[in-house]
Amino acid sequence: MKDVMSIVSSARKTDRINMKDITSLMIDDFIELHGDRVFKDDPAIMGGIGKLNGRAVTVIGNQKGTTVEENVQTNFGSAHPEGYRKSLRLMKQAEKFNRPVLNFINTSGAYCGVEAEERGQGEAIARNLMEMSDLSVPVLSVIIGEGGSGGALALALSDEVWMMEFSIYSILSPEGFASILWKDAKKASDAAELMKLTSADLLKLGIIEKVIPETEEKEVLEKGYIISNMKKAIDEKLSELVNVPKDELIRKRYDRFRQF
Amino acid sequence: MRLFKKRPYISIQKSTSQNGPSVPDGMFEKCPQCKQSVYVKSLGQERICPNCHYAFRIRAQERLALTVDPNSFSEWDGEVHPSDPLQFPGYEEKIQNVQINTGLREAVLTGQARFNSIESAIGIMDSHFIMGSMGQAVGEKITRLFERATEKNLPVVLFTASGGARMQEGIFSLMQMAKTSAAIKRHSEKGLFYLTVITDPTTGGVTASFAMLGDIILAEPGALIGFAGKRVIEQTIKASLPDDFQMAETVLKNGFIDQIVEREKLKSVIGQLLELHVDPEGTVKEESK
Repeated sequence: MKDVMSIVSSARKTDRINMKDITSLMIDDFIELHGDRVFKDDPAIMGGIGKLNGRAVTVIGNQKGTTVEENVQTNFGSAHPEGYRKSLRLMKQAEKFNRPVLNFINTSGAYCGVEAEERGQGEAIARNLMEMSDLSVPVLSVIIGEGGSGGALALALSDEVWMMEFSIYSILSPEGFASILWKDAKKASDAAELMKLTSADLLKLGIIEKVIPETEEKEVLEKGYIISNMKKAIDEKLSELVNVPKDELIRKRYDRFRQF
Repeated sequence: MRLFKKRPYISIQKSTSQNGPSVPDGMFEKCPQCKQSVYVKSLGQERICPNCHYAFRIRAQERLALTVDPNSFSEWDGEVHPSDPLQFPGYEEKIQNVQINTGLREAVLTGQARFNSIESAIGIMDSHFIMGSMGQAVGEKITRLFERATEKNLPVVLFTASGGARMQEGIFSLMQMAKTSAAIKRHSEKGLFYLTVITDPTTGGVTASFAMLGDIILAEPGALIGFAGKRVIEQTIKASLPDDFQMAETVLKNGFIDQIVEREKLKSVIGQLLELHVDPEGTVKEESK
């Protein structure tokens, strides 16, 4: 069993499964779609359409880079308001064409910057939450790395939320948490222990429905193998969700979050 | 070798007569915005700075007295208690202390009241209770506020004031953003009116959920409105920010609120707005009785 802080570092590793892996290995014929139609395109959130085992799906996710240059371009996966507005545009488009939505989350949080504030970071996240709550197509979210704060939740108001084994999901980064509560970011590992941010803890608390294994008998699994397992699980879940009547789907999603 | 000999201290008796007349505590308050000392009585019942017109932070009960028709308020869900879902060390004691010191049970007061004779659901957040932070109890009360308003066909007037998430409740605090936003959507889908009044300060997860979802959004002058805290942004961008950054006046210019309304005028503006949204067939008034 890894200690919590080492899970936090695993969740932040740049060589984790990312949107490029998913859109090439899990999704067939992926076509990327850009822009929020209001301001600009935000490379921190990637989106598009493609097929998963022959079924048309909308795929949205945070893109963290693997190199410094890529990270500068994608802002380390921290979206500006236009990123959330792009994701909402694509989810509404999915609703129109009755396509399920898959969200892959890997962000330390929505970007905290001057322009993000000026363009309404709070409003963009709030709008996503409100509109996702009654989107009439299945929405499935998987946290594949960091799931930080409202910036992660803005893609996770879904029918089910899953996490990869060594990903994290929390109200704030352990560093931020420690600095708010104890005015000392160095106490991050104490915070991480208390926050219950690992996939195992969150499964126990009922915050998520499923953990995607990254190891088998302590052996680290190969990327392609993890992705093909995840693909199978997603396909099964979607086959089930597409048969749920729309009003029941929305009611169940409401109840899922109502219980917290 | 000692060059300087340490002298013994000489204590001097303070003479009270030389200090002039003494000022009793609590007669002056410093305005957080213009930094002037203000004679408390000149703040008036509305608690507004006579120099810069900043609206001081007030308690939920004070807000109630200023805003709704006299004796028209009945509380909802007053029994909802803070919970400690992560069994966070020291949290329970903290809650107990704050409850004793503030006389409040949680950071939001909800219920039903009349504004200029129009029935409405009302919620008032109170920044005196752990900075109005949102944990399960706050999220639950706000969700129930919208659910009951939806059931009773009532509009909702919600005064926000919050530093954001209640850290000690961790991920459960985050879930309140989803829960409240979903309840607002149902209220909205029924064609009912939601008026947000943003007061100082409104930030974090409250801004990123119900504060920004009103059909109409008003704010008080000088209110801090934002998602990320100023200090966090300054650390991220490694530069300091101007004083008016995230002030209601700036947020208005950026297009995220409809109007800034001075506290003295709020009651009548809210009344007017509610009146414009009363169903012409009078269903609002009928069903709410």
